Amino acid sequence: MTKTVFDADEVCLVMNESDNIAIARRTLPEGSSVRFGGAEVVLPAEVPVGHKLARRDIAAGEKVMRWGLPIGSATVEIPQGHHVHLHNLKSDYIPTFKAGEFVTDEKEAH
Amino acid sequence: MKGYLRSDGRKGIRNVHLVVYLVECAHHVADRIQRPWEETGEVNVVGFSGCYPNVYGVRMLKALCTHPNVGAVLLVSLGCESIDHAELQEHVEATGRPVSTIVIQEIGGTETAIKEGRARIEKNLETLNAQTPVDLDWSELCVGTICGGSDGTSGIAANPGIGRAFDRLLDRGATCVFEETGELIGCEHIMADRAETPEAAEQIIAAVAKAGHYSSAMGHGSFSPGNADGGLTTIEEKSLGAYAKSGASKIRGVIKPTEILGGGGLWLMDVVPDGEPKFGFANINDNSEIMELISSGAQVILFSTGRGSVVGSVISPVVKVCANPETYDRMSGDMDINAGRVVTGTADLDTIGDEIVDLIEGLANGRKTKSEGLGHQEFVLGYKTFEYGKTNC
Repeated sequence: MTKTVFDADEVCLVMNESDNIAIARRTLPEGSSVRFGGAEVVLPAEVPVGHKLARRDIAAGEKVMRWGLPIGSATVEIPQGHHVHLHNLKSDYIPTFKAGEFVTDEKEAH
Repeated sequence: MKGYLRSDGRKGIRNVHLVVYLVECAHHVADRIQRPWEETGEVNVVGFSGCYPNVYGVRMLKALCTHPNVGAVLLVSLGCESIDHAELQEHVEATGRPVSTIVIQEIGGTETAIKEGRARIEKNLETLNAQTPVDLDWSELCVGTICGGSDGTSGIAANPGIGRAFDRLLDRGATCVFEETGELIGCEHIMADRAETPEAAEQIIAAVAKAGHYSSAMGHGSFSPGNADGGLTTIEEKSLGAYAKSGASKIRGVIKPTEILGGGGLWLMDVVPDGEPKFGFANINDNSEIMELISSGAQVILFSTGRGSVVGSVISPVVKVCANPETYDRMSGDMDINAGRVVTGTADLDTIGDEIVDLIEGLANGRKTKSEGLGHQEFVLGYKTFEYGKTNC
């Protein structure tokens, strides 16, 4: 099987040059590669359309920037090309509610 | 563009007959009264379920019954609920609209109420159909916007596309309103920088702070599991995307639901209840927000979606602007504007803005939205508390 190599400029949107993430313009499959300038990064997981991937290495605690504005802080180090989402980014305001995490009254009662 | 002139000077781009249940106990009768016109969209059902008094609920019903897109009203009361149907009828009568009340307990029950209700509507529809629309100017339009089923593409394509449409509408003298202060958390300072006056800037900061406090008290903000599946990670990311719907124009001020808009300019609607949380979440779904935009006079709603919402509304047409190209391919039958072309690189935001403005012009000339054609007439109204006549500062 030939390896799919994408050019970041073609498959990603950058909302502001100062951003450390880019947005997938199409779903990028797991195992495919994205070329960022000289560096070629193999995607360890699928990045669906509209999702974020790191344009460069992001340090733990660093602000993640989209539209040139902070959308939260990295909870761990995020290497270039990795999917940026709930597992490595948290809100600086209100924690994000994830499916299955909501505590119902019934669960509280037991 | 054409509109129906009302006695308060406002004009409607629709001439809807409302059937209004004044308590849940009258809801079934109201639905059955509407049934012969269910598919045509000429007759819409709205109402208030609660038997206990609520100032906001009554204000909402008054605002909806006298909305410019509404031509006639039939109130349906069980007979023992708390809403004062005589007072509501007087309020509507004062606007010159045909209005009457059926009290189910007095008229003799379900069957008689349905028969009588349908007869009255038939008669009123003759009056409505005989009304001649007059010329409508852009300055007489009020356009609201909301996003629902948002994903990572919403803030790239549909929301900024609506923002471009807003800027064009405002240039032509229209009034525009955006809302959901709980989805503007993180944008309060950049938004305040766009305020026309220092007072408006203070109101903006206070309204968003109130939303943050309210969300914390409720245990979670305006963020659904579908938002995360679609690539949105944090409330501030969702907010910054949602904020793009407001365009780049100056913000005149902050209003609350049922406060009537007009005279042009861009407004932020504060939809979060005042005081300590009392009746639950600020808005339980997108349609409760749509109803509040309509209550302040919006004749058209621009609805941005990425995941793919299908909803429409009673009273005002809902224009679906779809940001996600994959969603558009799956659900094009529900979508009015394909903003996914911005994501794939085949259209720019200015093109999307122009298409939205052209579509609004079409709607005011009799064209229907996809959701109108599909018969969507969603409606929801619950208990809330607002302190009117005070600012949040």
